Amino acid sequence: MIPQNFEYEAPRTLEEALQLLADGSAKPLAGGMSLIPLMKLRLAAPERVVDLGRIPGLSYVREEDGVIRIGAMTTHYEIESSPVLKARCPLLAATAAQIGDMQVRNVGTIGGSLAHADPAADYPAALLALEAQVRLARAGGERTVAIADFFTDVFTTALEPGEILREVIVPAEAPGTGVSYQKVAHPASGFAVVGIAVRLRRSQGKITLARLGVTGLAAKPFRALAAERLLEGSSATEADVRAAAGAVADGVEANSDLYASAEYRTHLARVYAARALRAALQAA
Amino acid sequence: MATTITKTETLVGKRIRRKEDPRLITGTATYVDDIQMPGMHYAAILRSPHAAARIRSIRVGPALEHPGVVAVFTGKDVEGIGPVPCGASLPGLRVPYHSVLARDRVYFVGHPVAVVVARDRYIARDAVDRIEVDYEPLPAVSDPEKALEPGAPAVHPEWPDNIAFTYHQEAGDVDKAFAEAEVVVKQRIVSQRLIPTALETRGVVADWRSGERSLTIYSSTQIPHLMRTLVAQALGLPENRLRVVAPEVGGGFGSKLNVYAEEILMGFVAMKIGKPIKWIESRRENFLCTIHGRGHVDYFEIAGKRDGTILGLKLKLIQDLGAYHQLLTPAIPTLSVLMMPGIYRFRNIRADIIGVFTNCVPTDAYRGAGRPEATHGIERMVDMLAAEIGMDPAEIRFKNFVRPEEFPYETPTGLSYDTGNYAGALEKALEVAGYRQLREEQKKARQEGRLMGIGISTYGEICAFGPSPATPAGGWESATVRVEPTGKVTVLTGASPHGQGEETTFAQIVCDELGVDMDDVVVQHGDTAVVPYGIGTFGSRATAVGGTAVYYALQALKEKIKKFGATLLESDDVSFSGGVCVCNQTGRSVSLAEIAAASYRAAKLPPGTEPGLVSTYFWEPPNFTFPFGAHIVVTEVDRETGAVEIKRYVAVDDCGKVINPMLVDGQVHGGVAQGLGQALYEQAVYDENGQLVTGELTDYAIPKATMVPRIETAHTETPTPVNPLGIKGVGEAGTIACSPAVVNSVVDALSPLGVRHIDMPLTPEKLWRLIHKGGQA
Repeated sequence: MIPQNFEYEAPRTLEEALQLLADGSAKPLAGGMSLIPLMKLRLAAPERVVDLGRIPGLSYVREEDGVIRIGAMTTHYEIESSPVLKARCPLLAATAAQIGDMQVRNVGTIGGSLAHADPAADYPAALLALEAQVRLARAGGERTVAIADFFTDVFTTALEPGEILREVIVPAEAPGTGVSYQKVAHPASGFAVVGIAVRLRRSQGKITLARLGVTGLAAKPFRALAAERLLEGSSATEADVRAAAGAVADGVEANSDLYASAEYRTHLARVYAARALRAALQAA
Repeated sequence: MATTITKTETLVGKRIRRKEDPRLITGTATYVDDIQMPGMHYAAILRSPHAAARIRSIRVGPALEHPGVVAVFTGKDVEGIGPVPCGASLPGLRVPYHSVLARDRVYFVGHPVAVVVARDRYIARDAVDRIEVDYEPLPAVSDPEKALEPGAPAVHPEWPDNIAFTYHQEAGDVDKAFAEAEVVVKQRIVSQRLIPTALETRGVVADWRSGERSLTIYSSTQIPHLMRTLVAQALGLPENRLRVVAPEVGGGFGSKLNVYAEEILMGFVAMKIGKPIKWIESRRENFLCTIHGRGHVDYFEIAGKRDGTILGLKLKLIQDLGAYHQLLTPAIPTLSVLMMPGIYRFRNIRADIIGVFTNCVPTDAYRGAGRPEATHGIERMVDMLAAEIGMDPAEIRFKNFVRPEEFPYETPTGLSYDTGNYAGALEKALEVAGYRQLREEQKKARQEGRLMGIGISTYGEICAFGPSPATPAGGWESATVRVEPTGKVTVLTGASPHGQGEETTFAQIVCDELGVDMDDVVVQHGDTAVVPYGIGTFGSRATAVGGTAVYYALQALKEKIKKFGATLLESDDVSFSGGVCVCNQTGRSVSLAEIAAASYRAAKLPPGTEPGLVSTYFWEPPNFTFPFGAHIVVTEVDRETGAVEIKRYVAVDDCGKVINPMLVDGQVHGGVAQGLGQALYEQAVYDENGQLVTGELTDYAIPKATMVPRIETAHTETPTPVNPLGIKGVGEAGTIACSPAVVNSVVDALSPLGVRHIDMPLTPEKLWRLIHKGGQA
């Protein structure tokens, strides 16, 4: 459990960090809950690690102009306990509360987790349901990317070499939005065997907005568009819920491992989609 | 002379907080990795990535050239030391030569191939990657039943059948019992491979003092004295030039009841380089190279009558031994056979063990060591027999229990159960659980389509190892009790407790006998230079055997205290209690501290008495002890997902007389947690190439605090006559009782679907398939 030698940099400004990362050879460290274990197991061996943890101004949650901006270095615990998020984006706070354990939540950050892009991470389900955006910064520029375009494959994102995730932008929810995140936690790792985030709005008995984010099931997290279409415009009866949940894995090639075969995982996704939908409907 | 208030409060039987805990909780305990020495070097071990391979060549040059590397040793360099010892003997046992480092062949993934010695642990680890080994991979076999098939790869080429031993035991007339049976139930039951997963991995520091020609080995071990003897032999070192220290040990559960290659190897390295050397096992190494537990495939057949009478039991036991015998590897399944009748009266048994080599890390003692497998087997078979004849699982047990008046009870496997009231423990468990009420609730739940189960496991276990003739290395224990000149008391115990709490329970015994305060007593252990020879802590023996040694040492000491008291009081008629020696004629008294001071000052010795107050006792137990109990588990299985929820857990354990109820509860809690691990979560999985798939804590699930239910503990107390304290032992009880109780409960939950048996671990997918797919995997 000893990593290979590496250089360690702890810049004090974002500009300095981006310079250090510019040529793409260094690895940013943003909490280290995934990177450090990988390095200890020698599955990752970066020559240089740039610790973003000492840069002031990367950890915040603030609401402005109808959106909530979350700094990349905000810890899971800060998200879980943020009064702004609990009131205005409870899905994200509830999701953060189910990540790992207390120690992990106190050290791990949202930016680190998203950039690592573990296919069983919790945040992606919620952020897809929230249609979040991420701000990516590089030396001399930045861009904003829709979360659906951010995850490209297993442990792979739209981040270019030299680029870091700087901020997450989620909507400040209108009152009456029903949300729920339901996950099957792996008994060893705590990661999501499947995790379903649901976001629903209802008007005059009809579902006006349905968003389902799914993690753990496939190589990358995704929005269950077929399920969303079945729900929107429906009266959200139990039959509608079942039909939508049944469609949650449509067209998806499910992961398979020692704990859950593809068949069982797909089944779990449907069961948990129904559970998340029922829970969200209670609040919508 | 001072007047001293006589202490009357007794501490044995009280819930007393552990003396050990402040240092453990505040992080100020000293573990192996906390030991620092001037000039210390560090070792890292290159291990085989193959389960079976021939080593064509090893090139250590690139590692040696790495700056900071001092030495690299391979199998050729250590031909003069070893082998890694096997302490078990069975007729016809095939014992492969277990070299300290691989020679021309590797036998399992993780097999040590070379050791790098460097200035720091980082350099050592980096240099390991620079050693070039040319392997010729060979076919491997990781499944013990496949290893028995004709044409299977031979783990050791000299024994192509992969059979290390067979063992047969039989009593009564089994064929007659089965011929006369009205019901016979057969079942294949797997007790899966488990990884003991002590919080602290293993670690060794070795320090060679060339001037004194003496070696000190610090090791995270349960058996410092046995290790001293065995490592001295392996190194060719006179035993009195080796000191073994077990500092704080962060859990063992049997995995540190062993002598591993690394202890011998580090001793060798320290002597070669003339510097202290440290090796700390990584978690991955711990999973790959420290022994695993269980690894049984058991074929059971039980014969009975329709009235519930059990007539006989047959067992074919296939034990996955792994690639080598570690210290007790082949002996473990024989314990299963000893305990296979459980606590029932039937006399007809037949058992056949086949010990099988596989290309996996060896199995050996893990909490319960053979008894959980036996208990799981008999308790499952009794439930299956009950289900077959439509009898309540509590009723069939009451019908077949050995009865209280039948003790001492000679079992068909040759044991003599000391005392027991098995029906009493089960009655208590049924009462605490509210069994009748639970069955009513279950009826209602079933009508609602819910899968609710109630599982009972009773158990008897063999503890307090043990009479020396029945153990591989002597089964006695030593104790020294010393009253220091200031009246403080030091206890030296040969048992080597490592978390069980004997620093507290032994102090309680001392306090009651000598009338001192808990703070006045220090219990020392784990250092062969400090403590007289002892056996160690395993098999729920430390308190029952080691505590009894303390008790007897105290009796002799009290006689001496009285002699000094009589001299000081100038009277022949004195008594000693509550820390004071009193003249029965005059009522004058002297305190223990005054007596102690006088005994060392020795100005006036009682006739024929040596100075000082020291007493040593080596206690040989006349028998094992046999604790017992009954656990009841209520579960509900989620019909949609197959997930198991433990709704209630009732544990009634009878471990004889209780010294500290809080510690007994703690042992039950920890034992149950590990039992739940086996029942629900844990399984060491090797793929067909012998790669350990569950190689990290991210894959191998041990129960976390949030996964363990509230445990309702209760006790009956049936003292044993085996020792004067009446204590039996409790370290493994929870583990032994738990897994069959959980499986019986879940099988009960799924019984309306026609489910008769499920092998552990009861993972959600497995249960979901039983519920929805007719059990097809």
